[in-house]
Amino acid sequence: MNGIQSDTKAQVRAFINENFIMGAKTVAFGDTDSFMDQHLIDSTGFLELVTWLEETFGIRVEDAEMVPENLDSLAAVEAYVARKLAA
Amino acid sequence: MLLHHDLEAWAGRNPDKSALVCGKVHHSYAEVDARARAVAALLQSRGVQRGDRVALYLDNGVDFVAGLYGALKIGAVFMPINPLTKEDKLAFMLGDARASALLTSGSLRAAWSGAVEQVPSVHTVVCTEVVADTGNREIVWPQGDAPTDFSLPPTIDQDLASIIYTSGSTGFPKGVMLTHLNMVSAGRSISTYLGMRESDRVLCALPLAFDYGLYQVLMSFRVGSTVVLERNFSFPMKVLETMAAERVTFFPGVPTMFAMLLGIKGLDAFDLSALRAITNTAAALSEKHIRELRDLFPQATLFSMYGLTECKRVTYLPPDQLGIRPTSVGRGMPNEEVWLVDEQGQRLPNGSTGELVIRGSNVMRGYWERPKETAERLKPGPIAGEMILYSGDLFRTDEEGWLYFVARRDDIIKSRGEKVSPREVENAIYAMEGVFEVAVVGVPDNVLGQAVKAFVTLKPGAELAERDVIRHCLARLESFMAPKYVEFVDALPKTDTGKIKKTGLG
Repeated sequence: MNGIQSDTKAQVRAFINENFIMGAKTVAFGDTDSFMDQHLIDSTGFLELVTWLEETFGIRVEDAEMVPENLDSLAAVEAYVARKLAA
Repeated sequence: MLLHHDLEAWAGRNPDKSALVCGKVHHSYAEVDARARAVAALLQSRGVQRGDRVALYLDNGVDFVAGLYGALKIGAVFMPINPLTKEDKLAFMLGDARASALLTSGSLRAAWSGAVEQVPSVHTVVCTEVVADTGNREIVWPQGDAPTDFSLPPTIDQDLASIIYTSGSTGFPKGVMLTHLNMVSAGRSISTYLGMRESDRVLCALPLAFDYGLYQVLMSFRVGSTVVLERNFSFPMKVLETMAAERVTFFPGVPTMFAMLLGIKGLDAFDLSALRAITNTAAALSEKHIRELRDLFPQATLFSMYGLTECKRVTYLPPDQLGIRPTSVGRGMPNEEVWLVDEQGQRLPNGSTGELVIRGSNVMRGYWERPKETAERLKPGPIAGEMILYSGDLFRTDEEGWLYFVARRDDIIKSRGEKVSPREVENAIYAMEGVFEVAVVGVPDNVLGQAVKAFVTLKPGAELAERDVIRHCLARLESFMAPKYVEFVDALPKTDTGKIKKTGLG
């Protein structure tokens, strides 16, 4: 993993912990855990995540890219952001 | 005629027909019925009896459906609970209903394990994954070879089928008691006016814990059609893909879903030509959205509807009226009578504004163990012994008797089509260190309908950020109840008697 990629994961993890984790009980979640299955982020939450990704990484998330394969886990988000930045 | 007879009839009549499609997996009527029988046998072997309450705390999926029908088969009363519910509220509902059993999943353990500790009546937890050392209360969901025999209880249609909790102004939810007759009657009426048929394929991305979602399954099983069951509407593109691939014919939604859908570019890439009906309820669709939906799906009929958990559904607008009076929610559905009353309960003529009352077999039995609240909503009807439901909503009728929603009489906020009790949110925020006073109101929002906004005054020396308040609420409340906005103010407006005055806050 190069510096940019592992930094992405750390930033996203921090963003989720600060904004979605159901408060006092910080839940440990793995890189490939589904945000949806683990009830970490709900439907409005994914919209907020997208807005934050666009603002933080300067990317534009197309409608067609708003799919679980790109957004539903730390690993997925990391790979997606890396692809967008490399493009 | 009991609620679960439809499933049993179709399992016999057309066993291999798809009842549910979850992801790519098809579950036939025979399979769903067999799964339900296994749940029934298991619950009965654990001592769950006729009339006992069985809570369902699960995401949308085949287990939820098997669970609810399994409970019904042994005469138990199913209580669907939104999987977004957090520990304290879950404990409250389980305790309030004195539930005997909880059907749930491993992914929700963080919320339910603490909750069931607080509720001694829950003697059985049926979970999709079992953790070894939690005592003999927890058992695993029945697998393929599980026993399916159970003894039939003498249930009649006057017995309770379900208790569905609904938020109120008091800060604590109330359990709406629904009999088999209530639910069968409502399902028959709605599926009739919608024209649902055996060949339909219904997309359900609504929570099954919400009666709008639940009835997609109940009604589909009534006519023998297929439900394409989605977890939620988090990824609209995926749902659209599924709708195209599965040739979905019915799409029930709430305004927030339609707003998200209409915001997507490239919708014409999806072949949605099979779609023949779209339904809306829970909140009003704007005229703009109605126009845009009709332009987008010219081959589909759009049904605007209104209802409440206390009687499932009240009105629908016949689609041929949509062009004439787009903001109306129509008239009463089949086998139901509705009218407007004034403050004294006197019936009002067309052209008036008043509270909507409902008379019909779909009207609830009352609120579980809440005689005072029940008496505020159910009052004697025209025939001795019958009760009619006061909706708590103000409507007006035009000269022809068509109904238009005016306002709620209570202060409940509707965000994403979900009820949010300001008192519940305020109670949660009051639990924070440093908070002095709180006032929660709804403010208009293009996508949500209303957004939840909290005005907070702090104690001297206290420091809190908006994010702290929102996170605190997310820990205690369903996500749709957490405020979108938090504004810190020096003081809240007060009435002469010193109570917080919300008018003007926004």
